[in-house]
Amino acid sequence: MSDTNANKGFIRRFLDMPPDSTVKTVTVAVVLCLVASMVVSAAAVSLRPVQDLNRLRDKQRNVLEVAGVYEPGMDIAEAFSDFEPHVLELATGEFTDQYEIDTFEELATSGDPALVRALDEDPAGLGGTQQIFQMVYILRDDAGAIDKVVLPIEGYGLWSTLYGFIALEENGNDIYGLQFYQQGETPGLGAEVDNPRWKALWNGKKLRDEDGALQITVAKQPPAAGQDYYIDALAGATLTSRGVDNLVRFWMGEQGYGPFLERLKAGEI
Amino acid sequence: MAQTRKSQLVDPLIDNNPITLQVLGICSALAVTSSLKVALVMAIAVTLVTAFSSMFISMLRNQIPSSIRIIVQMVIIASLVIVVDQLLKAYAYEISKTLSVFVGLIITNCIVMGRAEAFAMSNPPVASFVDGIGNGAGYGLILMVVGVIRELFGSGSLFGITILPTVNNGGWYVPNGLLLLPPSAFFVIGLLIWAIRTWKPGQVEEREYKIQSVEAH
Repeated sequence: MSDTNANKGFIRRFLDMPPDSTVKTVTVAVVLCLVASMVVSAAAVSLRPVQDLNRLRDKQRNVLEVAGVYEPGMDIAEAFSDFEPHVLELATGEFTDQYEIDTFEELATSGDPALVRALDEDPAGLGGTQQIFQMVYILRDDAGAIDKVVLPIEGYGLWSTLYGFIALEENGNDIYGLQFYQQGETPGLGAEVDNPRWKALWNGKKLRDEDGALQITVAKQPPAAGQDYYIDALAGATLTSRGVDNLVRFWMGEQGYGPFLERLKAGEI
Repeated sequence: MAQTRKSQLVDPLIDNNPITLQVLGICSALAVTSSLKVALVMAIAVTLVTAFSSMFISMLRNQIPSSIRIIVQMVIIASLVIVVDQLLKAYAYEISKTLSVFVGLIITNCIVMGRAEAFAMSNPPVASFVDGIGNGAGYGLILMVVGVIRELFGSGSLFGITILPTVNNGGWYVPNGLLLLPPSAFFVIGLLIWAIRTWKPGQVEEREYKIQSVEAH
């Protein structure tokens, strides 16, 4: 046996070993893990650029949709270049040049504690903290005046955090549209936040009354302030509707884009 | 093996269906059948993963130490699933968003492990590959049937094309909301199993007990 074994190559000898010997068990495990990890990392690394592009396009498409510019089959990247991205500091309502636009998203999701502030009140269910800076988009008309602003919003519904955008007219008070690009609410009930007929209800509503009090409401009954501030809640989705109500009021209020909207209204942007 | 290639492909469709006869892979069948498009992608993904994992495992079957064979199978299946997941994220982004975690859960789909352990460990690679395709197709067939029922009566559409205009969109059809929730698939699959076993009584399992008549004195 030993003579014939010596004549064979290393691999041949290994393959002829009984599968249940300790050496073979350990070797098979190590080799398999190495090969499998190489295959997996090769796939992940080589496909990452395409995946990142998909994610970016998806977000951009949502910005276009909420601003009412999107048409199926259009070139998303080209249409999106009409939008002016800015990094906004929520507390002051001013744009900051502190961060690069291109790398800001990556930075914001990195969980850097310098970018996050604790919330005393957290009606939108953000987990007690909020990003200090947000990426907002401005669409200008041909004359260069502001046409619409698109602001990211998020908050907890019934099962999931809803992520979306709200588009406001140039006066910072009239809603043009609202839509969520990521949510995990109950299909057929809460997930009807994606229903085009419900989303259309937001168009033309107002955030604040003449006295500047935040009146926008998602509820079963119209508020005292009147129909201009009222979105009919989703049938059979009380908690999701309440979540949307809370998150819109939160983001449009003082802890959210309040300061920015003040400046927008005063024409300082 | 007495099985021909053709019977390997055809048997798992009805006669030896992984869902209705072996009752494997139920959890993913509940989760992904509320819309047909998602169910179709899931069926294709499971078929590919089952076929290729069976083939690779079969190629290595004489080298796999029996003491760690389940782990070896899992590593091969998991790697394939991650590759499929990455491919979907790159080339079918919309669908991968809807499938979300369920692609990753193909790893835990009993059909994949079941075929690896029951068939691929003792059969040559080509036969194992065909067996994987056949079982994936059997799984896919049931997914499509359940998907048609759930999407048609739950949202009034097929492949996203409106068939029954729903009240929410200004039509007349009041959709059955239960059909959009996972438990409804239990009922649909249960009824399917009942129907198939009525049609082919050979699939009915023998009772493990028998009620005996006793004469009273």
